[in-house]
Amino acid sequence: MIANEEQPFISLLGTSGILLQAPAPLQLETQQKIWGLAEQVESWPNVLEAIPGMNNIMITYLELPEDIEPIKAKLLDAWRHVEGIQKDGKVIDLPVIYGGTECGPHMQDVVTHTGLSIEEIVRRHTAPLYPVYALGSHPGFCYLGGMDSTLATPRRQVPITDLPGGAVSIGGVQTGVSASQGPSGWNTIGRTKMQFFDVNKMPPALCRPGDYIRFCVEEIIQ
Amino acid sequence: MIEIMSSAALCTVQDFGRLTSRQYGVGTAGAMDQLSLAAANIMLGNPENSASIEIPIFPFKVRFTQDCDFSVTGTEGEVSLDNSRLPTWWAYSAKAGQVLTIHQPKKGCRAYLALGGGIDVPIVLGSRSTQLRGEFGGLEGRMLQKGDCLPAIQATDNRPLDFGMTSPLSALAFEQENTIELRVVTAAEYDEYATEAKELFWNNRWKVTPQSNRYGYRLHGTEIRPEKPIETLSHGIVPGVIQIPPGGQPIIQLRDAQPSGGYPKFGTVIEADLWRIGQAAIGKHIVFKEVSLKDAAAAMQQNKRYLDDVKQMISLQEAFV
Repeated sequence: MIANEEQPFISLLGTSGILLQAPAPLQLETQQKIWGLAEQVESWPNVLEAIPGMNNIMITYLELPEDIEPIKAKLLDAWRHVEGIQKDGKVIDLPVIYGGTECGPHMQDVVTHTGLSIEEIVRRHTAPLYPVYALGSHPGFCYLGGMDSTLATPRRQVPITDLPGGAVSIGGVQTGVSASQGPSGWNTIGRTKMQFFDVNKMPPALCRPGDYIRFCVEEIIQ
Repeated sequence: MIEIMSSAALCTVQDFGRLTSRQYGVGTAGAMDQLSLAAANIMLGNPENSASIEIPIFPFKVRFTQDCDFSVTGTEGEVSLDNSRLPTWWAYSAKAGQVLTIHQPKKGCRAYLALGGGIDVPIVLGSRSTQLRGEFGGLEGRMLQKGDCLPAIQATDNRPLDFGMTSPLSALAFEQENTIELRVVTAAEYDEYATEAKELFWNNRWKVTPQSNRYGYRLHGTEIRPEKPIETLSHGIVPGVIQIPPGGQPIIQLRDAQPSGGYPKFGTVIEADLWRIGQAAIGKHIVFKEVSLKDAAAAMQQNKRYLDDVKQMISLQEAFV
């Protein structure tokens, strides 16, 4: 079920999680409220973690109580009153090699789908300052907001199994950089070099929600 | 210390997993059958959350390089210690140089080998579990291989062990006619499916396909389709979430799954039943049953009572010694 305009939608993730989906659309203002809610909820009794997603938040428990209506009511109340957090996040500049069979093997698919030239895709992809909305998928991976919607390209029919770390890709209306090698259904348009996760640091992830990523051109391969 | 003597692909070091690092994109990992892991540790007097080896491939063979207490749980079947045969769900004290072989199980599919004090690998982000995608935790963040050596925290306290326990496979009604029932709490997109699709989901006997592992169990049965395509934004998920990708065949996301996802969610297997998936071999069938949170809490109590029984047996054992 989609959340209606005013009310978020709260559902269960089994016996160990609650999901709150904020009203559409996905936008920075709502995401800032989600960050604010996450900070509050972390300190609630028995909560293991409050994890922002894209326009939503998951709250995990070892074991949910039998009656979750009080938690639901508390969450709705907190959502009504929470202030969005304007984070003064750091900006991370990422030089990208765009295109070419090795670095951007699916650039042609994005060209075909969008009808734009490689130069224009690169121009539009490097234009915004992308806010990190949430972390997820794999250690250190950032879900970014703010991609130019004209670059949107559907996820691949068949996911690739071994996308390398540092791959810059587009999946639907989202863009991101893979933090380590693994499977992905997104379209890879370029490659960068950055260590997004270091288990020996605290926090281990380079980026936090509220930080920004800026892509810049290192090279364009036709 | 033990040395692994067989090919150990897919075997990993696991404890209860990493429950507070999802905010960094780190999945939980952790034992697929946490009830068996806890029991294996209780049998040795270890903290329940101590790390052990999860073994889905048999025969699995190790050599003890020092005197060492051990227990084998998870599957029902047999082990050999040199030439003597023991059942699984048994605690014993091995002598330096002895070789332990865990044989192909008769029931269940994942064995747990626990050592005195637990396996001594570094705690990373609060857990000793192997995080394969992040390449940390466990032994060097990877699956085990022949020749690997794993130390025990306290190999033995010089009190010879020789006793067994009833497994949850027998104590907690595991399967009937090769079919395992899993209790489910419905999830966000459940009501976007028509009545017929819902009935199909609850009435299907879902087959566990060979593409089932620690990441997820991919099931096969009559396809389930929503009324219209469902779009969801990426959000956090927990082990046990049942997703229905566009192909219509469910996937139960498990311990090595990504901590976030976007496919429509039909429901979530309750925590108290996740151990059953851990013991559901490829080729078995699964049926789902809808339950309330109250039923789920009762199921968890039943698991706790089982572990309490194990603890009580141990204390009787100690009184006897």
